Amino acid sequence: MTMLPPPGPRKLGLVIDLDTCVGCHACAVACKEWNEGGQFGPLPDEDPMGAEPFGVWFNRVHSYAVEPGLGIGDSGLAPGRDAPAPSNPQSPIPNPGLTVHFPRSCLHCETPDCVTVCPTGASYKRAEDGIVLVDADKCIGCQLCAWACPYGAREFSEARGTMQKCTLCVDRIYNETLDEADRQPACVMACPTRARHFGDLGDPASGVSQLVAERGGYGLLPESGYKPVNRYLPPRPRRDGRDAPEAVHAAPEEPFDASRLPPLLRWLDRALSR
Amino acid sequence: MRPSFSIIFFTVLSGAGYGLLFLAALGIAFGGTVGGRALAMLVVGGVLASVGLMASLGHLGKPLRAWRALSQWRSSWLSREGVASLATYLPLLFLVLAGLLPALHASAATLRIAAAALCVGAAATVVCTANIYASLKPVRAWHDPHVVAGYLLIGLHTGMAWWLAFAAGSPWPAWLLDVLLLAPACAVLKWRYWRSIDAAPAMPTTSAATGLAGKVVSLEAPHTEENYLTREMGFVLARKHARRLRRVVAGLFLLAPACAFALWLVLGWPAAVAGLLAAMLAAFVERWLFFAEARHAVMAYYAR
Repeated sequence: MTMLPPPGPRKLGLVIDLDTCVGCHACAVACKEWNEGGQFGPLPDEDPMGAEPFGVWFNRVHSYAVEPGLGIGDSGLAPGRDAPAPSNPQSPIPNPGLTVHFPRSCLHCETPDCVTVCPTGASYKRAEDGIVLVDADKCIGCQLCAWACPYGAREFSEARGTMQKCTLCVDRIYNETLDEADRQPACVMACPTRARHFGDLGDPASGVSQLVAERGGYGLLPESGYKPVNRYLPPRPRRDGRDAPEAVHAAPEEPFDASRLPPLLRWLDRALSR
Repeated sequence: MRPSFSIIFFTVLSGAGYGLLFLAALGIAFGGTVGGRALAMLVVGGVLASVGLMASLGHLGKPLRAWRALSQWRSSWLSREGVASLATYLPLLFLVLAGLLPALHASAATLRIAAAALCVGAAATVVCTANIYASLKPVRAWHDPHVVAGYLLIGLHTGMAWWLAFAAGSPWPAWLLDVLLLAPACAVLKWRYWRSIDAAPAMPTTSAATGLAGKVVSLEAPHTEENYLTREMGFVLARKHARRLRRVVAGLFLLAPACAFALWLVLGWPAAVAGLLAAMLAAFVERWLFFAEARHAVMAYYAR
């Protein structure tokens, strides 16, 4: 059914740390690898080895330059706020210019239009954990859901004729044939900087919820009204820079008399003091 | 957005078909007979609408499963469109049968009720078609209050062009209605629509989309080649030529019916056929531009 289920207590999702993501694309590759071989696979490509490879990926990692200037280095996000604050030119923190790597995937929204626009019921949101899935046996490939998603979470496969999207590795997270530690999405397992976290964002006591509360995690495009579940942790404030020289000078100097040193060390002190 | 020909044919042809059905049924509802030209118009309108609906199947990855699209009418405008279009066949088939087989002896009241139902069904189907696109929030140019009215008016105008090409005798009032009211209304509505979509930002900034305050520029795209999103939603060509194409659409809506009318006074029905061709051309260009000119919010992540 493409009517949305009543909101449930469990909201499984990802928390992605933009401070530590290094843009290595390991999440995207691990996702592709798992979903080509997992129970929902294959994740199809059209002409993968050709001159213009083209295919479906559930993770896309963008890299952005946030240009230097005043008031944009603190990422503009107050803790606990859902919406990104507008750029604040009066911010005390000068922004030295940031490179932010930005993994983009399905946000498993609470009230997504990709589900309600589906004419067949193929696109659905699970009541028990909030995961948004596509039933490949019902999908007619009209692509309306991809148009309805402002986050670009859905990609259509010409090869299969049906819509493809992130499953939050639903075939891993409940998979009892895997070790308990491995029952996490493939992208989370693969991240070398632990910038990706998986858990229940509907439970305020969960690790991911606490991380979000602590770091001021935010949802994307809250004005869309889709209520994304996934959260992004903003880059940490960069060091101001104005405090730094003071801190160096404030350190008390130890008593030191170069004239009492042997000649070799005296020469070394002179050479190093230049 | 990439303008898919299957969807352009679907919306233009079904719009014209339902417009023609609406006009033909209106005549019957007000006491006209279901024979001769009225019957021919019902058949032509039905064929046009059906060809349009078939064209929409060309957009599906799995067209054989299209019947599944009838199930989710409670939430999906596409599903509602399917249900409305099928329901509209009932009064249409009844009227066509009554016209073909006088032995049925359908009473005048039954015919008028069926014709009224056909009017409602035709209008409802076009409203559903327009809402398939108007309900999509990430595409600002489609999520606009002028869209549904535009689909209805252009459907009625092109339907009227078909009606005039088939009309018997001297259909003065219909010509005047089209030249003085319908066609200029199409042009004015489109003009207001373009003003409306130009006034608001077509998509969020990259900063708003990523939640990173400040000026955010793309340093590196996630992929070196195109993907589904950039192919489907990164169509640029139409915006490059939007100004000229808008003038073509507005010009065709404003001038073509008046020229056809003037020629019709001299030449008769061949001018009505020329007017029909011009109206359909205007509708096709308008619809191509409607789809192709629109920006999708996801392109904010690609910062293009």
